[in-house]
Amino acid sequence: MRTAQDSSHDLSQRSLAQRVWSWRYIVLRRLSQFVTLLLFFGTIHWGWEVAKDVPLLSGNLSGSKFIGLIPMADPFAVLQIFLAGHVLQTEAILGSVIVLGFYSLIGGRVFCSWACPVNPVTDLAGWLRVRFDIRPTFILLRNTRYFVLALTLILSVLTGVAAFEWVSPVGMAHREILFGLGFGATVLLAIFLFDLFILKHGWCGHLCPLGAFWSLVGKVNPTLRVRFDKTTCTHCGECAKVCPEPQVLNLKLLEEKGFVFFGECSNCGRCTPVCPEGSLVFDFKPLIRAHNAQAQGSVSVSEAQRRV
Amino acid sequence: MSANRRDFLVRLMQGATLASTGGLGWAYLLRQEARAQPFALRPPGALPDDDFNAACIKCGQCVVACPFDTLKLEAAGGNLPIGMPFFEPRQIPCYLCPSIPCMKACPTGALSPKLKNINDSRMGLAVIDTENCLSWKGLRCEICHRECPIKGKAITLETHPRQISKHAMFIPVVHSDACTGCGICVRACPTTEPAIRILPHALIQGKIGDHYRLGWTREDSITQEFDATGAAPTIAVPTNAPSGPVKGSAADYLNGGL
Repeated sequence: MRTAQDSSHDLSQRSLAQRVWSWRYIVLRRLSQFVTLLLFFGTIHWGWEVAKDVPLLSGNLSGSKFIGLIPMADPFAVLQIFLAGHVLQTEAILGSVIVLGFYSLIGGRVFCSWACPVNPVTDLAGWLRVRFDIRPTFILLRNTRYFVLALTLILSVLTGVAAFEWVSPVGMAHREILFGLGFGATVLLAIFLFDLFILKHGWCGHLCPLGAFWSLVGKVNPTLRVRFDKTTCTHCGECAKVCPEPQVLNLKLLEEKGFVFFGECSNCGRCTPVCPEGSLVFDFKPLIRAHNAQAQGSVSVSEAQRRV
Repeated sequence: MSANRRDFLVRLMQGATLASTGGLGWAYLLRQEARAQPFALRPPGALPDDDFNAACIKCGQCVVACPFDTLKLEAAGGNLPIGMPFFEPRQIPCYLCPSIPCMKACPTGALSPKLKNINDSRMGLAVIDTENCLSWKGLRCEICHRECPIKGKAITLETHPRQISKHAMFIPVVHSDACTGCGICVRACPTTEPAIRILPHALIQGKIGDHYRLGWTREDSITQEFDATGAAPTIAVPTNAPSGPVKGSAADYLNGGL
């Protein structure tokens, strides 16, 4: 499959333009995270409005209202509040349904890598870990987050407050960027150091119950996913090296489905530019099916020809 | 017991131990956070303490909606529960918008839509430090009374006579049945540290108890039954008369013990 003429196949020999192009998803993700914050920040501090007394995007990621019309709410927070014993108003319920619908339609933990303000921090820690070759010192099950998720829901019932929302580093960091600094910056630093020195992808990949919640949601009806071409894949393992959730790149299982189907995949797009064969590409699920069916067909044809 | 089963049980217990210790620590943290609540002044219409704790989603839409920048969200590490709205009246009080935009912005109902009239809000109660109040010192201050948006009801002036050659004192008196706790008086108070403060009701209000009968109030049953023109009240009046038959003279009776 490898051809000498196409230098993009060898990662170390890519030209500058090719390298810059390979950063497209990380640039887009940072842009998406920044714009999300900016819309909130501008509305709070610079009074951005679409009309008189109609703020552009009021609130924060826990709950917000877009152009005074569309309510949005964090469905995980709403669930905790409900379990804490509060009967929610229609606006919060409608908002959480809208957000839930949006993310489950896209699929995966899109929130985590495209909107969450903690993501750049843990990404930086992960990048530095690779850069300075910091070896793992501590092992934790990836599934720990689902236990934390369960504990969140149980504690919300027992204590009568939204258990994660009250201690969430995600919420703290986000609110303090928008509404003024406090202790939350320290918590963010703690997460950074934990990810850097103690456990690789420790917070986002092992502990965060919000990420666990979105993993479960992302399983339901994924539309936008990373397509996997088993016909071109050489099992070189470049994708798993950059993936923050390498267990989702279980190639044996991917061969059956033809795409990265795990809810834990955050659609960050790191794997797609590093794949030397271009076996991993973002695609929509119906297109993935069509593509795979075609690939299957072409394989069987070529195999048939070989036999003849 | 097979090694597999033993291993599984040990792992199960390890998981359970981690979850329960972690859960206890976490729950302790939540309780500590929630206990800070009684010191917070909440936006108008806020539900009672525990309900508000449960209901607030910490989105800050009330903060954005407030036209006077009164409301703030508590940052982590402060004295109040993280991320919830509050205000400090000495800096910016609540100016009691009749449209109550903060309450309308609340998506969860933590600021209850049952509040129809802003004057019915009870964010706290004003209390006066009588030792440092200028009016109590005999000066004609009364700024809190003049600034009060519900003056004459929430704050009234009482005159106290003073010694000859000095004028009377004009004492501001707060009435809990009308005070909204907006804190405009706190902002206006001219002393270096405000001599009038807003405190949450639970921190300052006492409770008499139902067993007291205040004979001079109209609700009291004895006073209501009294009818000066009609027959004498049929209430049994206790007397000090000795209950048994009295023998001999009063002196004998009184000295009987000697």
